[in-house]
Parts: sequence; structure tokens; C-alpha cells
Amino acid sequence: MTATTATALRLTGIQKTFGATRALRGVSLEIAPGEVHALIGENGAGKSTLMKVLSGAHTADTGTMELGGQPYAPAGPHDARLKGVSMIYQELNLALHLSAQENILLGTESAHAGWIDRKTSRDRARTALAQLGHEGLDLDRPAGAFTIAEQQVIEIARALLLKPQVLIMDEPTSSLTQADTEKLFATILRLRAQGVSVIYISHFLEECRRIADRFTVLKDGETVGTGAMKDATLDHLVTLMTGREVKDLYPRSVHAPGEIVLEVKAAASAPRLRRASLQVRAGEIFGLAGLIGAGRTDLLRTVFALDELESGAVCVVGAPLGRSTPRARWAQGIGFLSENRKEEGLMLSQSIADNLTLTKQQTFGRLGWISGRRQRQTAQHWVDELRVKCQDASQLVGQLSGGNQQKVALARLLEHPARIFLLDEPTRGIDVGSKAQIYQLIGELAAAGKAVVVISSYLPELLGLCDTVGVMCRGELAAIRPRAQWTEAEIMRVATGSS
Amino acid sequence: MKPSLKKILAKGGPFLGLVVVIALFALNSETRDVFLSYHNFKIIFTQTVIVAIGALGMTLIIVSGGIDLSVGSAIALTSVVGALLIQKGWGTASTLAAVVLAGGVIGLLNGTAISGLRMTPFIITLGTLGVARGGAKWLADNQTVNYDTSPINSWMTTANPFGYALPDGVWVAIVLAVLTSLLLKNTVFGRHIFAIGSNEQTARLCGIPTTRLKILIYALAGCFFGVAGLFQLSRLRQGDPTVAVGLELDIIAAVIIGGASLNGGVGTVLGSMIGALIMAVLRNGTQLMEWQTYFQEIIIGLVIIVAVFLDRLRQGKQT
Repeated sequence: MTATTATALRLTGIQKTFGATRALRGVSLEIAPGEVHALIGENGAGKSTLMKVLSGAHTADTGTMELGGQPYAPAGPHDARLKGVSMIYQELNLALHLSAQENILLGTESAHAGWIDRKTSRDRARTALAQLGHEGLDLDRPAGAFTIAEQQVIEIARALLLKPQVLIMDEPTSSLTQADTEKLFATILRLRAQGVSVIYISHFLEECRRIADRFTVLKDGETVGTGAMKDATLDHLVTLMTGREVKDLYPRSVHAPGEIVLEVKAAASAPRLRRASLQVRAGEIFGLAGLIGAGRTDLLRTVFALDELESGAVCVVGAPLGRSTPRARWAQGIGFLSENRKEEGLMLSQSIADNLTLTKQQTFGRLGWISGRRQRQTAQHWVDELRVKCQDASQLVGQLSGGNQQKVALARLLEHPARIFLLDEPTRGIDVGSKAQIYQLIGELAAAGKAVVVISSYLPELLGLCDTVGVMCRGELAAIRPRAQWTEAEIMRVATGSS
Repeated sequence: MKPSLKKILAKGGPFLGLVVVIALFALNSETRDVFLSYHNFKIIFTQTVIVAIGALGMTLIIVSGGIDLSVGSAIALTSVVGALLIQKGWGTASTLAAVVLAGGVIGLLNGTAISGLRMTPFIITLGTLGVARGGAKWLADNQTVNYDTSPINSWMTTANPFGYALPDGVWVAIVLAVLTSLLLKNTVFGRHIFAIGSNEQTARLCGIPTTRLKILIYALAGCFFGVAGLFQLSRLRQGDPTVAVGLELDIIAAVIIGGASLNGGVGTVLGSMIGALIMAVLRNGTQLMEWQTYFQEIIIGLVIIVAVFLDRLRQGKQT
């Protein structure tokens, strides 16, 4: 790494202020050609703002940027892309009704006098996909019909068409399974070999350590550390980010599983859930591992009656029998946390108080009238309890950061109160501090005798947190064992069906 | 950061719009005295009644993330129903109940089709727009339905120019507006309307019976359209199946000018009422200035665009 002679991208003293908020207080960043550079920091550390400055969505107040030795001042995201800086956002930007091919070529269509050149278009789309190792992708299917992992591939392929010098990836693996992550890493290495610099933003520090050559840590809008990844330990990175030791992440609370409270027998729901059975005990943390598409989310949705149970049975022990509706499930004491915070989990345009109390608003008043004051008081209690960063309980949820949104979504289950918690990817895309807090909370719930089912694609998390781990494969629970009997490799072996 | 000023702007946006519109018409010294007279405002209020009551129902629907294009036709149909019933010798109270109910039934059908068939409200109500209009003409035998007299006729009268009393219709609109506002803000039903409009999936996940509620919302809104039909009848003193063509657009415009979002989850009754007033003031002012009606239409169209644009600027600044 001879950064002094060749620099792909150099940022010096970048500052950016929004109103009274100083989002960036002086960030410096130096990236060599063909380098994978991990950008690390808690949510709110300024990563997103920095990336927006880089990709042209914001203009820095002060500081200089150089791309390939030339001054770089993008007029907007499109200009940045043309100049060689492309960004893959965590929330993918696809036209879901258009085909994969049309999405890949969006904005750079091959055409003669306005007529689309079908053959060239197809070749270009194929070439881009081949570069990513996904030649097999059906180019004619609408983008919305693909899994999130595949959609991401489509989006990366689109960025590749513009031959970027710097490719920024924001949390690229947050919705990927391990196998897809491996493929993504292979792609990144291939891009690196071609001289493309990759800025890799992720909360998964192990991933950053594996894939990145160098790293930069941001904290409170400043660069607090940078260096070669091979010299950095995980502890060192976490301490730079948070000032917290890594072993504190998964606190083990004392809890002993009791009676069976939830029993699922051969549950099936087209298309993905085929025949899933499991038992969860009070005071148990049950982890669900598996590849995307293995039916983990489908299982929880079916248990919660969001998807129709086509055959099999869901028994909630000790609860009155009810109709299979989400409403009945709440009444039986089951709470569900959606993996899709923004699309399904929360009402972004409504207040924290309304979001938090949505399942039981009738209890905040009499005869159908709601006492807004009591609602806000209740919400404020949870805001304090979970240390949600906000102005007050009447602030709109859409204005909060991801981690704080997730706390609000979780607080809804706590307030209801549920005794069986179905948590689908509870820590996806949130900062380390919030993650540690949510792990702590899950531990406390189990200690208080609640049953918790957790889906996670992040295996260290499952193994760190859960008492029992069940691995799903092709719509069935392929194996359920106590945590001690699992390793990451063993989980992957079962999940990929290669036993 | 001046949150108080921002809040005033966010909450008082439509109100400021109303003040600006009134101020503009008051600029012309020739018409100022007439325009700003109490009598003229009585006329403006009276002319607002039908759009305002329709906007109440529409606010419920738009906040829930829906739309209803069949309002104009529903008002025509319900006013014809009212006229026919008076013709048949029904009493005032039973006519009133039947007309409101008729509106409710149209809404119920809309809601059932939207919820049950899982089709977009735009398509369904575009269909019922035609169905209700045709039904009204059929019922009325393709002509106006006349009757001798009815107490209903006096509800919208501004006959006495020196009387200070507002017509009954204005009071009914005000009372209904207060009730609807309370309903939206302070009841479980109201908060659930916001929940559905803000994120229907979240609402379902949280155990809110979204299908049932949507039917209820359209049915209740239909009742409001029935009341509007009643005042349409009162104003014309006959049942006219061709009345209120395109009125749905005025009503939707009033709600949108009032700050509601067509994406759902945002909107207030007060805003919608001010929106309705802005439209009426524009009509009234341009008439007083003796401008051409096409000019009126152009101005109202532009006001809608400007209002929504300002609203987007305001919301853009908040987030």
C-alpha cells in the first residue's frame, strides 16, 4: 500500500453542519486504488453524511476532495456516478416493476435514435452479471420478484456499467445470508483486482476484518483511527468506535427454560414453508438460522397468522383458542417484530407514542376515546427505559435513527405486554450500542420467563445469544440443538443441506 | 432552530393561505367594501357548506390512504332520493335519515368492493362515479324531481341580507366538523384511520382489523356525502340528477389544500375546512371582480398546485 504515490480518493478536513447539528467535524479519508477500505462507526457517527457528501447528495461546508489526483466536487449523485463514484445504498433503489435487465441498464440504455438495442442491452447486462458471478440471473423477471440478495446483485451490476473508480457499499450484507455474503466477497475481491477501490461500510466487524485492507473509524463526526486491517484486533476496533469492550456485547443473563409455551407442528404455507416443527419453552431464547428463502421469516409470519397456515398446527399453550388473525395472536400474548422496520414494522409518519401503543390503544381511554396524555406518558416511560434518542414521545418515528426506530418497535411488544416474542432480525442495520442494548433486553426477557424466538443471519449473534438454535433448510427445521452443540461451520453445513 | 415558528408554519399553513387569498381580494378598493361585508361572508360560508361536509368524509378517506371519486354522483343521487321521498309525502326527519342512509349505502358498497376485492379505491370509485350518476338519472327518470315545499328548503337560505343569523346548514357543517375532528384525534377509531393510512401493513401486524375498518371508513364518509346531498337539495329546492358534476375534485382539492397527503396518514379536519373556505373565497372573489369563469378555474387549479408544493417544502424541511 503506497498511498503516498497513488491515491484514488483523498478527503481532507471535511465539515458539514445541518442547522445546529455538526454532523461532520473534520473527516479525513485516504483510499488507494484497488483497496477495500472499511468505514466503521456507530450510527450517528457521520458515516451516512460522509457518504452523501462523497456521492454528491450533500455539499461539504469546508474541506477538499480529490479523485485520482484531480479536485472532485460532484454536482449531484448522477454527476458523481459519471465521475467514477458509485454508491450502493442499504435501501436498494430498484424499479420493482421493471425487469432485471431494464434495471441494470436504467439511465445508460443502449439505443439507436431512441430505439432500445435489445441485443447490446442483453450482452451488457449479462457481462455485468458475469463479473459478479451471477450469469444465471433471469434478466426478464421483474426486479420485485427477486430476493433481496439478488436485487442487490442487480444494483451492483448497474453500478459496474459506469466503470466506477470508487464503489461505496452501505451495509451490503445486512440482508444477506452467509452464502450470499461469500459470493459478494468474491465479487469485491474481483473488483479490487481490477483496480476498483471499494469503501465498505458495515456493522459486521468480523466481515470488515475479513474483506478490508485498511480501515477508518468515525466517531461523532471525526476520524478517530485509521490503519491496516491486519494489524487491528476486533477489540481495538470496538474500543475505537464505542469505548466498550467486545465481550460485553452478549451479556449472559441467568435463565432456565421452563414449560413449553409455543408448539408448531408441521406448519406449511406456500410457497416456502413446507413442514416446520418446533417447541419453545418459557424463559428460552430460540434462534432460527438458515439461508434467505429457507422459510425462517415465513415460519414466524405463519405462527403470527400474517401468512395463512395451510396445514399443520400452531399451539399457544395456556392461551384461549382464537381465530388465526394477528389480532388474536396479540390477545394470546404473542408479539411479532418485523424484519422490515420501515415497510411493515412502523408507521414512519406517526408519533412514537402512536406507534408504541398501536396494539392496545383502546386501553388508553374509555368508550373508544383516547387519552393522548396517558398514551404519551406510557411511551415516555419506554423512551426513558430503552434510552431512545428523541425529542419526546410525540416525535415522528421517521425522524429517528435506525437503532432508535428498532427500540420503538420492540417497546411495542414490551408494552403490550407479550409473553412470547417473535423477533425477525432484531438487530439488522443498527449500531453496535443499540445492538448491545437489544441483546441485554432479550436476556432480561428470558430471565423474566418470556419465550423468545430470534431470526438472525448473523451467526455469531445467534451463537452468542440463544439457548437453542434451530437451522432451517428448504422450509423445514433441519436440526434443533442446544447452542453448545453448534459451530458456525456446522450451522452452515446444515443450512446448505450439505450433510 | 426556531421550533415554535416552524410549528406555526406547519399547523397554520392553510390558514395563512386563507388570509392571503382574502387580503388579495381586499386590495381592490372598488369591491373591498362589498367583499369584506358580513353579508358577503355569510354567502361565502353558505356556499362552502356542501364542499365542506363532503370534505369531512373525504378527509377520513384520504387520511386512511384512500380516495373517493364518486362523491359528486353520490350527492346527486342522494339529493334525488330526498326529492322523491318528499314528493311521496315523507316527513322531514325520516327523509333526512333515509338520505343519509342512502349515502352510507353507497359508501358501504365502495368500501366493501375496495376491501373485499382488494382493488385500488381509485378504480372502484371511478366505477361508482358512473354507476351512481346513472342511478340518479334512472331514479329521476332523466329529469328534475320537483315537489311543492319542504322545511328542508330553508336550511341554506341567505334571503334576509340584514339578518345576522347564519343559515342552519353552516351550523350543521361546523358541528359536524368539530365532531369529526374529535373522532379523528381522540378516538381509537380515528387513530386507527391514521394507522391504516400511514402504514397498512403495520396496522395489520398490530392486530387492527384493516378490512373491516376500511369498509367502515367509506360507509361513514358516505353518510357525510348523504348530508351534503341533503344540503344540495335544500339549495336547489328540487332533485337534480345532473347536479354536482366534478364536485369530487373540489372536495379532494379542499382536503389537499388543507394539508392532507394523498399517500395517507396525514391530514386534519381544520385544514380541510380552511381548504374548502379558500375555494369558496376564490369563487366569490373572482365573481365580485366580474372575472370570467374560466379565469376562476385557472386560479383554483394553480392554487391547488401551489398549496401542495408549499406543503412539500414544509415537510421537506421537517425531515
